[in-house]
Amino acid sequence: MTEVLRIESLHKRYSHDSSEVHALKGVNIVVKQGEFVSLMGPSGSGKSTLLNVLGCLDRPTEGSYHLGGEDVSRMGDDQLSSIRSRYLGFIFQQYNLLPQYTVVENIEIPLIYQGIRLDSESRARCVGLAELVGLGHRLDHRPMQLSGGQQQRVAIARSLVNRPQLILADEPTGNLDTKTSHEIMTLLSKLNMSGKTIVMVTHENDIAKWSKRIVRMRDGVIESDEANTPDPIDESGPGLPMHLLEEAA
Amino acid sequence: MDAFSVALVSGLACLAVFLATTDKGRRGLELALRSLWLHKLRSFLSMLGIIIGTSAVIILMAFGEGSERDVLEDIKRLGTTNIIIRSVKPPDDSNTNRRQMVATYGLTYSDLEVLATIPSITRLVPMRVFPQETRRSDRSHNSRVVATVPQYAEVNDLTLVQGRFLVPDDDERMNNVCVLGQETAKSLFLFEEPLGSSVKLGEFVYVVVGILAERMPTGGTGGSQAAEDFNQDIYIPMQTARGRFGERIQIRSAGSRSAEKVDMHQITVTVEDIDKVRPTGQIIRSILGDTDRHPRQDWALTVPLDRLELVERTKANIRQSLGIYASISLLVGGIGIMNVMLATVTERTREVGIRRALGAKRSDITFQFLIETMVQTGIGGLLGVAFGVAYVFTHAALRTLPMAAMLFQDGSPSPILHVPSITWSLSTAVGVGVIFGIYPALRAAYMDPIEALRHV
Ligand SMILES: Nc1ncnc2c1ncn2[C@@H]1O[C@H](COP(=O)(O)OP(=O)(O)OP(=O)(O)O)[C@@H](O)[C@H]1O
Ligand SMILES: [Mg+2]
Repeated sequence: MTEVLRIESLHKRYSHDSSEVHALKGVNIVVKQGEFVSLMGPSGSGKSTLLNVLGCLDRPTEGSYHLGGEDVSRMGDDQLSSIRSRYLGFIFQQYNLLPQYTVVENIEIPLIYQGIRLDSESRARCVGLAELVGLGHRLDHRPMQLSGGQQQRVAIARSLVNRPQLILADEPTGNLDTKTSHEIMTLLSKLNMSGKTIVMVTHENDIAKWSKRIVRMRDGVIESDEANTPDPIDESGPGLPMHLLEEAA
Repeated sequence: MDAFSVALVSGLACLAVFLATTDKGRRGLELALRSLWLHKLRSFLSMLGIIIGTSAVIILMAFGEGSERDVLEDIKRLGTTNIIIRSVKPPDDSNTNRRQMVATYGLTYSDLEVLATIPSITRLVPMRVFPQETRRSDRSHNSRVVATVPQYAEVNDLTLVQGRFLVPDDDERMNNVCVLGQETAKSLFLFEEPLGSSVKLGEFVYVVVGILAERMPTGGTGGSQAAEDFNQDIYIPMQTARGRFGERIQIRSAGSRSAEKVDMHQITVTVEDIDKVRPTGQIIRSILGDTDRHPRQDWALTVPLDRLELVERTKANIRQSLGIYASISLLVGGIGIMNVMLATVTERTREVGIRRALGAKRSDITFQFLIETMVQTGIGGLLGVAFGVAYVFTHAALRTLPMAAMLFQDGSPSPILHVPSITWSLSTAVGVGVIFGIYPALRAAYMDPIEALRHV
């Protein structure tokens, strides 16, 4: 399997006024294509910080970060933006849809910044993704009109629209109840099965056990890194025919 | 249109084409319109300064144009190569023979002779004017008798509907002929053919040789000349008037009688070349200013061309104060918009974070907010232009409203749309959008994406 990302002795320090926070203290991790990684650890252990670096939203203070073979740790802001729009998909705990846009329009956003022309073809792709996450009937709805689970599904569809190499999710089920969390996890698992590489931050063991690898952090370093065998997924999960997934991948 | 306006128009057009045809532009425009629509009242209030500024520019420029046209028409009517000398009754007239009540003043035949020796002068048209009753059998008309020379017709651009104007022969032979103004002719001759008939003026009978076409009464502008209604006139040869009426003329008005001895009331001087108008004016001033000739200031000289200069100066003044006025209101408008945009940017911090995470570059964010401000000021500008233009076109109707008398002075000019001012004010409005939008937009673009995403 090819490496999607490689991080070596990564440090991240935040200095505010006189005080300095050492959030990451030498992290080494390699994620290969097709992996589904859960990042766990107590609050303040640096999970989000690491994920932000992985997502090219933040730059490491020290160490190197290779994404798809490219060293992105020293790239400028514009280059990072273009890396984000070409290689990465984001899923957030707060869904982060734009309230003024409809479902399809929200899914379209990454395409705009990729410089892709919005035409009937791109529109069809966005509609397809909405159908993939089971929201084909809510295309013109606004985020306010959707439940949390539905919003998160739109966010998942949006994270897929640019055919990313890597999907990053920071507590994607943090705001959802157990049942909805399971639906979302089913969706992510199926995406992973169709070939998507996923790195997900979570607090909950229940959620982490859906992934194939669990990385535990403490005080800015990786404490343990072990493989996990997920339970077989319930194929009857909502609106997810495998052939659509293949297309999306 | 001048090159400047062309540049502005093409700039605006390029912007519009860019916004309408490119994907990014259309998207930005749509987004801007959408978020403006989302906050209609707020957008409108923040645009108010721009709306007022632009409409004020349009309206004031229109009034400037209107007054310029009025003056130019006036000058054209008076003639750019003309100099007008008038007799003026001195206020403290100690020379009046009190007992006889004869006022003696003004330009004389000798003045006329002297002026005729100035080489640059091509034409001298003297005119003597006095009110007199004109009679035709049992009908009478209070007309204004104008005793003058044949060239009067050229100077005043007279058109005849019938017959001819006075000819040199009439003057030489002191013919008893007259030419009637439209109104005079109408009121004296109901059914008869006026041409060839005779009318009685004073003690003598005059043959009608011509009828003038209807003429627009002039609006007595700038104090150079009283309002004149040429349609009430009756024209007779200068020498005939001198012979028949004598030097003195009795004037009856409102029961009182007065008499005056004035050789001529006005001389219209035509100069061969526009460049010689002012020097000739100086020569005339020095001739008439000789105290032996005119011990009192009983004449006045008007050079219409001087007013042209005055108009240019006034126009420059209007432009300058408009510039200051517009800058202030646009500055205020711009600050208002900037204030609102800063609030908007803060309010949409999270949106900025999301867009950045989804791949938006700083320039994309800058562009998005900048477009929004420009659309806002552009729409404000358009509304202002629409209001201003609407005002200009409805001004005439507005003046007839009952309250209008309080707002408008009587002689105030009516506005004429100054087309370039539309492009100026529109592009200035959009420019204000750029200037005042760039800071909020950059502020949004340079936010830390992670912090922006954490913003509630
Ligand atoms: N912008 C920042 N400035 C200063 N310190 C920061 C900043 N971001 C994070 N930190 C610090 O870095 C450490 C790691 O934070 P991080 O958000 O990565 O924790 P986390 O593992 O995601 O915790 P949680 O599970 O609560 O989300 C914390 O001590 C935090 O206070
Ligand atoms: Mg966190």
